Amino acid sequence: MTDATHGTPLRNKGKSILEVDARTKKRNAAEARFKGYGIAAIGISLFFLVSLLIAIISNGIPAFTQTFVNVEVELLEEKLDKNGNRDIADIKKVSTFGYKPLIENAMVKAAEGIETELSDKDLSKILSASAAAILRDYVIANPDQIGETVEFRLLTSSRVDGYMKGRVVREDLARDKNLDAAHLDLIDVMVERGAVERVFNWDFITGSDASESRPEQAGIGVSMLGSFFMMLVVLVLALPIGVAASIYLEEFAPQNRFTDLIEVNISNLAAVPSIVFGILGLAVFIQFAHLPQSAPIVGGLTLTLMTLPTIVISTRASLKAVPPSIRDAALGVGASKMQAIFHHVLPLAMPGILTGTIIGLAQALGETAPLLLIGMVGYIATNYPEGVTSGFLDPNSAMPAQIYEWAKRADPAFYERAWGGIIVLLVFLLTMNLIAIILRRRFERRW
Amino acid sequence: MSNVMLVLIVLGLGVIGFVLGRGRAMSAAGGDRRNLHSLPMYYGANVGLNAVVPAMLVLFAWLIVQPMVINSSVSGMIPEAEIAEGSNLSLMMSDVRRVAEGLDLAVGQGAMTEAETRSAGEDLDGLRDNLAGVGVALGSDITDSTFAAAQRYRVLAGTGHLWKTIATITASLIGLAVAYRMTSTTFRARNVVERGILMVLIAAASIAILTTLGIVLSLIFNTVEFFRLYAASDFFFSLSWNPSFSGRGGGSELGILPLLWGTLYISFIALLVAVPIGLFAAIYLSEYASKPVRAFAKPLLELLAGIPTIVYGLFALLTVGPLLVSVFGRDGALGVDWMQGGTAVMTAGLVMGIMLIPFVSSLSDDIINAVPQAMRDGSLGLGATHSETVRQVILPAALPGIVGAILLAASRAIGETMIVVLGAGAAARLSMNPFDAMTTVTAKIVSQLTGDSDFASPEALVAFALGITLFVITLGLNVFALFIVRKYREQYE
Repeated sequence: MTDATHGTPLRNKGKSILEVDARTKKRNAAEARFKGYGIAAIGISLFFLVSLLIAIISNGIPAFTQTFVNVEVELLEEKLDKNGNRDIADIKKVSTFGYKPLIENAMVKAAEGIETELSDKDLSKILSASAAAILRDYVIANPDQIGETVEFRLLTSSRVDGYMKGRVVREDLARDKNLDAAHLDLIDVMVERGAVERVFNWDFITGSDASESRPEQAGIGVSMLGSFFMMLVVLVLALPIGVAASIYLEEFAPQNRFTDLIEVNISNLAAVPSIVFGILGLAVFIQFAHLPQSAPIVGGLTLTLMTLPTIVISTRASLKAVPPSIRDAALGVGASKMQAIFHHVLPLAMPGILTGTIIGLAQALGETAPLLLIGMVGYIATNYPEGVTSGFLDPNSAMPAQIYEWAKRADPAFYERAWGGIIVLLVFLLTMNLIAIILRRRFERRW
Repeated sequence: MSNVMLVLIVLGLGVIGFVLGRGRAMSAAGGDRRNLHSLPMYYGANVGLNAVVPAMLVLFAWLIVQPMVINSSVSGMIPEAEIAEGSNLSLMMSDVRRVAEGLDLAVGQGAMTEAETRSAGEDLDGLRDNLAGVGVALGSDITDSTFAAAQRYRVLAGTGHLWKTIATITASLIGLAVAYRMTSTTFRARNVVERGILMVLIAAASIAILTTLGIVLSLIFNTVEFFRLYAASDFFFSLSWNPSFSGRGGGSELGILPLLWGTLYISFIALLVAVPIGLFAAIYLSEYASKPVRAFAKPLLELLAGIPTIVYGLFALLTVGPLLVSVFGRDGALGVDWMQGGTAVMTAGLVMGIMLIPFVSSLSDDIINAVPQAMRDGSLGLGATHSETVRQVILPAALPGIVGAILLAASRAIGETMIVVLGAGAAARLSMNPFDAMTTVTAKIVSQLTGDSDFASPEALVAFALGITLFVITLGLNVFALFIVRKYREQYE
């Protein structure tokens, strides 16, 4: 043994094997570097994820609070009901313009004792343009309150709100004709007095979209309903059709050209860009079938076609996971093939199917591009649907479309709304995915 | 009678059929179900299905055919000369339809009587006001021929509606009666019902084919229409994209090349970000990471894939764009004046790259895991380090699959819409500077079609030509990628 090694020239001759030579060092360094690249890649991806989440949360959270002013408004009889007979038709004749003086008076009273260079008329610039409409609605609903002094909590304008949230600073206002720095001084004092406060804003979650000039009033509630009706359409159509198609392909389809054609189509549809489905929806449902534009039903139909491949693929996987012994046993006791599948295989595959469906729905809920083409953007969703039929057929927006719409508007106050909308959307997606995970954990069977 | 009502009646007949069929089978068997070929339920289901399915088919076919027939019959009534400048037949027809619907609505709400609608032709302005009163606002004035066409439309629609109701209910009753008569103890009801169910399953599976067909046909028809108005050679080879919005037709330059350039440039940058990061992440996760690290990092990576693209779009527009400007812009950290605004190829490419990381990594992960363990063991046994094994054995073995994954990611990047609509800008230009704003095929499809219900101008129709280009490119990439992946899989299984 010693002879054999003796003659061969050793590279390490005279060195301890415990000492690494240059080449091994180099190889080990390469190894460490390579591993480092991997860790860096994971680190970078997680960094992106974290910065994305931070951007969403830090920008979006302010949308959930809003600045309000508490003012006591005297509902003067001579302005609102000149005849004094509380006739609702006469009261309705007073336009929002007629309420402006009341608001001015109220603001003067609220600012009493505060030194300011602002004229009385300019004081009400602090308030949102919606204030007069809110007052009018209140008076029409409660005509008996005319002549009384009622305390209102009114929205401030988006700039005051931005000041409270740190988005608007005094320097910005130099060129702004809607608000002066003097307003902000006034606000500071009113905050100390407790007349101006920032509170949680339910209207953002339940409210409707507002016109371009009133970001403080915009909410995502109506488009949430639009999304809800769309998802209803997707669920009602995509689940049964997807399950039926999967059962056929997995259990009945013979090996032939027709089956191959279907399979190729499904796998290709899963990879078609979503915007192409939007073109399809536009051409088939609106151009050809004359369904109403911007309606949730069209959005739902388009998204159904898009979601079908997802559902088919996951349903087939869960049908495949049911062992053949179940089918054989059912057939063995005399069930027909159809009975074996519908009575035994399908119930066992149901948890997997539901999980796949929920994930498909979550995908559809966040999809925006097809909705742009069928007109769900550019439509300002200010009205709640009146009922179920109107919910399906009347123009509406959807959550992602609404977010896009806000992101496109000029006033930066809408950006905050868009981020807030994203938080709402992500909460929905997270909930759906959690349900899917729980379903899978709870009911999944290992055979 | 509304369609919903009609469907409900047919369904009601179906339920009646079920009860009748089941009852007849049971009475034929003398109350003992053992005398029957199938379970009694199947006899009921047979009669019920026979009452519902043919009737529904009749109704469905009628709903598709009737508007076509009426349209072709009514559109002949509008004289060529009356089609106003800047309008076309389909716009006139939609006016006719709205007038007709408005009249129906007015009668339905009691704003007009049936007799008034007939004489309304004498006072067209009054009619316009009347229709506005019931919520039908008309864009253009009602002309005599429009009104006459609308009247004819209403008459035809009314007749059609009546016959539709009669035909549907008759079909339902005939189906019910025939199936009811067939019911006897020897009738193989289960086999018939199961064949029916199988037909439904096949129909459901065929929807995939119909969808593809719908996509292809709607793209092709509109593209052909577009090429009739605009030369195909200009579309494919012109170097400028400059649609005019003022006039109809003339003056627009609709060359696809600047858009394709923007698309490919952005996709290239996205892949430049996503492929190294995704690939190394996949290698680390499948070859090096301990179980807990894998269980922690993999779902987090996949979280990136679950985030809707609108979120990435907003991230690009409001966070990444301004950030890049603050580095590469005029008064930026680097002091170079490369970037004019937040929307740029770089912005969109970077964010799209982030979106594609999980896509590349999870596909590559699967492929790396599919490389047989024996190859790893052999390489390690020869004394190679782990990284040498990965680089010299596993990656070459997995290469076709990884190429497939990259192609799939490229097809995703090319078809991605929201990120480029929000992050890439709107100006179509051929430039090498990655900090310039450029636009893509998808972004232009959106801008040419959004809020536009008139499909007659080349400016709108061009979107379909862009769509078909996009469809062909992504389909080609997908098919090619799947082909490579499949070929690779055969090697090891």
